[in-house]
Amino acid sequence: MTDKDAIGWFADLRIDDRPTVGGKGASLGELTHAGIDVPPGFVVTTHAFELFLTALEQASPVRALVEAVDPADLEAVTSLSTALRARVEEEPLPQPVERAILDAHTKLTGGDMGVTVAVRSSATTEDAEDASFAGLQDTFLWVLDAQDTVQRVRECWGSLYSVESITYRRKHGLPEEGVAMAVVVQMMVDARTAGVMFTRSPTTGDKSVITIEGAWGLGSAVVSGEVTPDRWVMGKITGEISARNISDKHIRQVPAPHGGGIIDEDLPADLRTAPCLSDEQLQALRTVGRRIEKHYGRAQDIEWAIDKSGALLLLQSRPETVWSAKAQAPVTAPLADPLKHVMTIFGGRK
Amino acid sequence: MSQPTKGFPLPSSLKVVPGTEAAQAAFPYYTQFHDGDDERFWFYNSMHFPEPMHHFDMITAEAAYCALGSFNTRVHVLPTTKGIDHRIINGRVFIGGVAVTDPAEIEARAKEFQQRAFYYYEHWETLYDQWKTKMRTLIADAQALPTPSLPELEPIETTHTGKGVAANHALIDTYRKTLEGYFRMWHHHFEFLLLGYGAYLTFFDFCKKAFPEISDQAISRMVAGMEAEIFRPDEEVKRLARRAVELGVDDKFHDGMVIDDVLAALDQLGGAGKDWLQELETSRNPWFNVNVGDGFYHYHRSWNDDLSMPFAALPGYIDKVKAGIKLERPTERLIEEREQLVADYRELLDTDEDRATYDQLITLAHRVFPYVEGHKFYCEHWYTNLFFNKIREYGDLLAANGFFAKPEDVFHLTHYELESAIIDLMLSWSSGSDPIGPRHWPPIVAQRQAANKVWGEHVVPPALGAVPDVIDDPAIVMLWGITRESLDAWLSVDEDAPSNELKGFAACQGVVEGTARVVKSVEEISRLQQGDILVCQVTNPTWAPIFQKISAAVSDIGGSMSHMAIVAREYDLPAVVGTGSATRRIRDGQRIRVDGGRGIVTILEETPGLADAPALEDA
Repeated sequence: MTDKDAIGWFADLRIDDRPTVGGKGASLGELTHAGIDVPPGFVVTTHAFELFLTALEQASPVRALVEAVDPADLEAVTSLSTALRARVEEEPLPQPVERAILDAHTKLTGGDMGVTVAVRSSATTEDAEDASFAGLQDTFLWVLDAQDTVQRVRECWGSLYSVESITYRRKHGLPEEGVAMAVVVQMMVDARTAGVMFTRSPTTGDKSVITIEGAWGLGSAVVSGEVTPDRWVMGKITGEISARNISDKHIRQVPAPHGGGIIDEDLPADLRTAPCLSDEQLQALRTVGRRIEKHYGRAQDIEWAIDKSGALLLLQSRPETVWSAKAQAPVTAPLADPLKHVMTIFGGRK
Repeated sequence: MSQPTKGFPLPSSLKVVPGTEAAQAAFPYYTQFHDGDDERFWFYNSMHFPEPMHHFDMITAEAAYCALGSFNTRVHVLPTTKGIDHRIINGRVFIGGVAVTDPAEIEARAKEFQQRAFYYYEHWETLYDQWKTKMRTLIADAQALPTPSLPELEPIETTHTGKGVAANHALIDTYRKTLEGYFRMWHHHFEFLLLGYGAYLTFFDFCKKAFPEISDQAISRMVAGMEAEIFRPDEEVKRLARRAVELGVDDKFHDGMVIDDVLAALDQLGGAGKDWLQELETSRNPWFNVNVGDGFYHYHRSWNDDLSMPFAALPGYIDKVKAGIKLERPTERLIEEREQLVADYRELLDTDEDRATYDQLITLAHRVFPYVEGHKFYCEHWYTNLFFNKIREYGDLLAANGFFAKPEDVFHLTHYELESAIIDLMLSWSSGSDPIGPRHWPPIVAQRQAANKVWGEHVVPPALGAVPDVIDDPAIVMLWGITRESLDAWLSVDEDAPSNELKGFAACQGVVEGTARVVKSVEEISRLQQGDILVCQVTNPTWAPIFQKISAAVSDIGGSMSHMAIVAREYDLPAVVGTGSATRRIRDGQRIRVDGGRGIVTILEETPGLADAPALEDA
């Protein structure tokens, strides 16, 4: 991919492409390249956004207005946000950008009208991934056709000008130059089961275990906390399952029957308390988790899904941050004479 | 020791079961609870002594504790602990550790310990080779002891050689040598054991610190030996299956066969049949000298004394050989897997310092582990079989002279009483008059047999006395896995645990549902059907041959470091060990679920099973 392309396919992206495709897009590209099964897709790059913004700015200023607004004046921020989002969502796209998105959509779906996609914003800066910013980004599931996809891409871009985003940037005095958003367009997974996986223990930081959480249906129910997921702890290396907490999963999230979006669906009693993953599936997840961790050389926080055909797909992988940030002191003070270590057993309480 | 908030019954509050007072009093005075014992903490050693002791079998406790304590207290000089005291009530063995608490004494002992124990660690291989030689010599000496017998008249050679010693003297001579050898065997047993476990636990402790959620199983897999003697008996059965096919005599072996008939048929066949019998002899000596228990009860017979176990496995192994499946352990692959495991965990460590310590400790653990795994074959199995069989020979002789109704009754006498019976017989042979024993012993034997049965049905508290604040005794922690947490669990038992759930040690992962087959003695193993879940008191490596038939195993006794656990992992057989009460709570034929990864057994249906077999086969 050149830095002037409006579109980048996952297979052509690497982690280093983050400045133009965002963290999410770069990670999906890196995983695809590493041979991990990821739902296929492409990224609408920051270059596409810049082309659009240039077109917008030719009509009337955008960035200058944002930099001029007082973040303490909520009324002013709100009316600016409404105006800018309307422009981003409604003014005509430059022809080459619109053409590129429509063509890529056709190529991705094979022109099949029944195939739906997920459209997700993919931020380009490190601090955009922290908690203060993460909630400001958008994900649209079950997007039906090419035109709708283009519209959702615009909405993702528009989220850069939400009240919260503008306020955040102004409060931190961040320049508008370079503020851009990439957008991931990816085949939707009709998940039978989905969830998350940590390649170290969230409770003790132990790197020798993998924790998996999952529930029936789409992973959104797990990520949003609407369902208490089943939870397993496995030996990362041995595969032994040391904890199995099977919960009562009262609903699952599924695609809405007519048109885009998702709905909650009640579950029959036998499914509610049945484990949503088999031991074989847990082992397959462990194998993939280890591969990704090895690939990146650090512990990962992964979103996964198993589709109706039983195929395991990775939706996202981020570096684990909480335990990795802690200082790494040796477990035991080193001793020149190995035999002295036995005094920890024979020497009594210290 | 601070005032306990809750505790176990005091020793002085334990009552001898009415009607068994005489049998209780027959245990030596030093095993009876006495004044002062209420001040101490005791626990029931259900791991080694899950059943009431026959009076003779108590020797297994006293010989073991004579040796264990000597090495801890006075040979290796463990800093924080001395030996183990034991008491017997209602046939049950309670034990209490002797902790060292004075900091000055601990410091002085630690200095001694480092001089002594570190010498062993540094010269481990040489000393262990020497150990094997000592054990083989001891075994050869035991094998050379004559079968006790009394001729009507001395053979003429006694006169011609001027021997000057008559046959009755050999009775006491052989008996004392038998006891001497047995006590000596236990010293050899403990020469390395605590040091070996300690080095292993040092690595274990490091892993638990570096990987707080690592399973015990994963650690023991990193350490487990590959050529250990414990696997050999089963390997021999596999070899015999392969030889049966090669010699073309495999059609003689089938489920439900009568072993004596098969042996006779092979003998009659001559040629290939005799060749196979020759192979059997090769395997039997020494590898079938394994008993089906843990070496603490005379009735846990060896494969050599009862071929049921190896023969139960032969048809299944023969089928596999004919199907072209390779049965022998793939040692090289297992070693590669172990090395890979060690390397994979090493890679997870964060610092160079930790990787250096890890390398030191895994090297030490690998150095000591062959002894930890291997010693049992020589001590608890091979030597112990010789020992009990020698006592059986005295049982035969005394029964033939009217002392007992049947030879096995000899095990109802303490070893002191047995010596008195032997002297009684020596005197009567000497004087030419009748022995007193035939009038003296039968009522006593009957009384003890009855007491043993009653004791077997009597509920035993898991511990006695005040609960200590901490269990800081490495010997107790290592050998029995008892910690403050496990005591709290004992105290809260039955309060919140679901009644259909049993907890034990996670020995080998995997979840299996199936039909429980409660097997209380080796004679019952023929009842096992393909896919059954074996429920038994104690499983050890000698049960391995039937692992091919079952889908999971549950035992009353054993820890996650136990040999049973090692073998279950070897066979990838889901297993929960050390449940305490599986054979009492699970009934034959019930459906149960075994979760070997979490150490939980669930009884799925409360259907009445078959009537329970008596807890103990008292011959």
